[in-house]
Amino acid sequence: MSRAVSTRRKAVVTALAWGVGLVIFFPILWTVLTSFKTEGEAINAHPSFLFFDWTLENYHTVNERSDYLAHFWNSVVIALGSTLIGLLIAIPAAWSMAFVPGKRTKDLLMWMLSTKMMPAVGVLVPIYLLARDTGLLDSKTGLVIVLTLVNLPIIVWMLYTYFKEIPGEILEAARMDGASLGSEILYVLTPMAVPGIASTLLLNVILAWNESFWTLNLTAANSAPLTAFIASYSSPEGLFYAKLSAASTMAIAPILILGWFSQKQLVRGLTFGAVK
Amino acid sequence: MATQASQTASRLMLSPAVLLLFLWMIVPLGMTIYFSFLRFNLLMPGTEAFTGFENYVYFFTDPAFWPALANTLTLVLGVLVITVIGGVALAVLLDQPMWGQGIVRVLVIAPFFVMPSVSALVWKNMLMNPVNGLFAAFARGLGLEPFDFFADAPLASIIVIVAWQWLPFATLILLTAMQSLDREQMEAAEMDGAGPFWRFLHLTVPHLTRATTVVVLIQTIFLLSVFAEILVTTNGGPGTASTTLTFLVYMQSMLQFDVGLGSAGGIVAVILANIVAIFLMRMIGRNLEA
Repeated sequence: MSRAVSTRRKAVVTALAWGVGLVIFFPILWTVLTSFKTEGEAINAHPSFLFFDWTLENYHTVNERSDYLAHFWNSVVIALGSTLIGLLIAIPAAWSMAFVPGKRTKDLLMWMLSTKMMPAVGVLVPIYLLARDTGLLDSKTGLVIVLTLVNLPIIVWMLYTYFKEIPGEILEAARMDGASLGSEILYVLTPMAVPGIASTLLLNVILAWNESFWTLNLTAANSAPLTAFIASYSSPEGLFYAKLSAASTMAIAPILILGWFSQKQLVRGLTFGAVK
Repeated sequence: MATQASQTASRLMLSPAVLLLFLWMIVPLGMTIYFSFLRFNLLMPGTEAFTGFENYVYFFTDPAFWPALANTLTLVLGVLVITVIGGVALAVLLDQPMWGQGIVRVLVIAPFFVMPSVSALVWKNMLMNPVNGLFAAFARGLGLEPFDFFADAPLASIIVIVAWQWLPFATLILLTAMQSLDREQMEAAEMDGAGPFWRFLHLTVPHLTRATTVVVLIQTIFLLSVFAEILVTTNGGPGTASTTLTFLVYMQSMLQFDVGLGSAGGIVAVILANIVAIFLMRMIGRNLEA
């Protein structure tokens, strides 16, 4: 008896949850569907959900006509570049704070976090002028530098929370066996740290890919990543719904896929370890 | 055991990160503070002069300032209310046993990974457009007049878009917190005859308080800086109806080239964000000790 009730309950919960999930996901689904429509079909007063003439034409047009691939490439370079440089700087810092903590390690961590709290608009003018005067305006290098610095505190923090979980005794044992600092890092720490570093990389590529304040304010035609390029569709060009949808689908697809893999790390990374 | 050598090595490993972040924090902020006391317009080079607090006076007496402050607070509070209430409801729902839980969770968190300019454009054109949008098609289907979202309710429309982006974040964090809820305590309360509502109010809600606080504080930091969504949809208008402090500073410095005025506004934004940040830092710091 109680089993039947619980199955019915499970069915109701399932239906409700799927309903809510589909409503929340709908704008994305609708974008993907529209990307396969013709322009006429996309603005049809009686929109069709599935029964339209599916076409790949928009994807061809977007790839051929505009410099879409160049902007896609800009996004890749900026997101990966800023994350990799950030990791290079952050790994030694996080390692030393996790394994050789000093009296002021906690203050240092909190201070790093506090730099992340500064609203971007507070330093918009000087960064813009500095970029202009050094010729880094509308360049990928400039954006890589800015995004590295913007995300550095998050990278350090995430790595720190992962490194903290590596048992210190293992390092001590290695040290007893006469391992040097270099081989300690290479043979003992690295294998244990790789999963944490990978998660950090994943989350930061996502954050850098979607960053929309600096990418919009510091770029023009040349080095604009997808965030800025797609924003330019808000002009009359945006009236081509099907092409806008195709461009949007291609812009968000890689990150949606990465994002689904990083659900768990997301909570940890964005709450600085306050919720696990 | 912690030898002199390893101490020195650790300092060497720390210094690049510390030095870079220090420069990143102090140089631009120092420049902003300096500019905020100057008469400095990029369109009139060579006319820079020290003006004391004049820029701040202009900023606070700008007719757009009070609407911008009100809009900022409305945006932040509106999105917080929607995402916290919606997030708790979704976390409770997704925590129940069901079929296909993993897939539903993926559907719910997907909006968080959509870049702001894409979500703003999709909502603006394909859903909320009064002529070609899907909502307009629905309205016509029901025999109603389509609603012009961005002309008649610009701020509310932006709140909906931003809430859609941040609901997944709140849900995910609250769901993570839910999963650490003591099941045995729940079952014991159920045995004692406590109804589902009583259990929610006296067990679930207190358990989620901490996670909710984290959600509120972190979202506030990000919401104070909402930019792309406004730029793409309304450009701050009509009038100042959807201009926030961030957007006002952007307009003053990047469109009117008034570096001095924009810098003064930037400093005001920094102070506002710092008030929130102090609370957030305390929470995280307490956790670091535990």
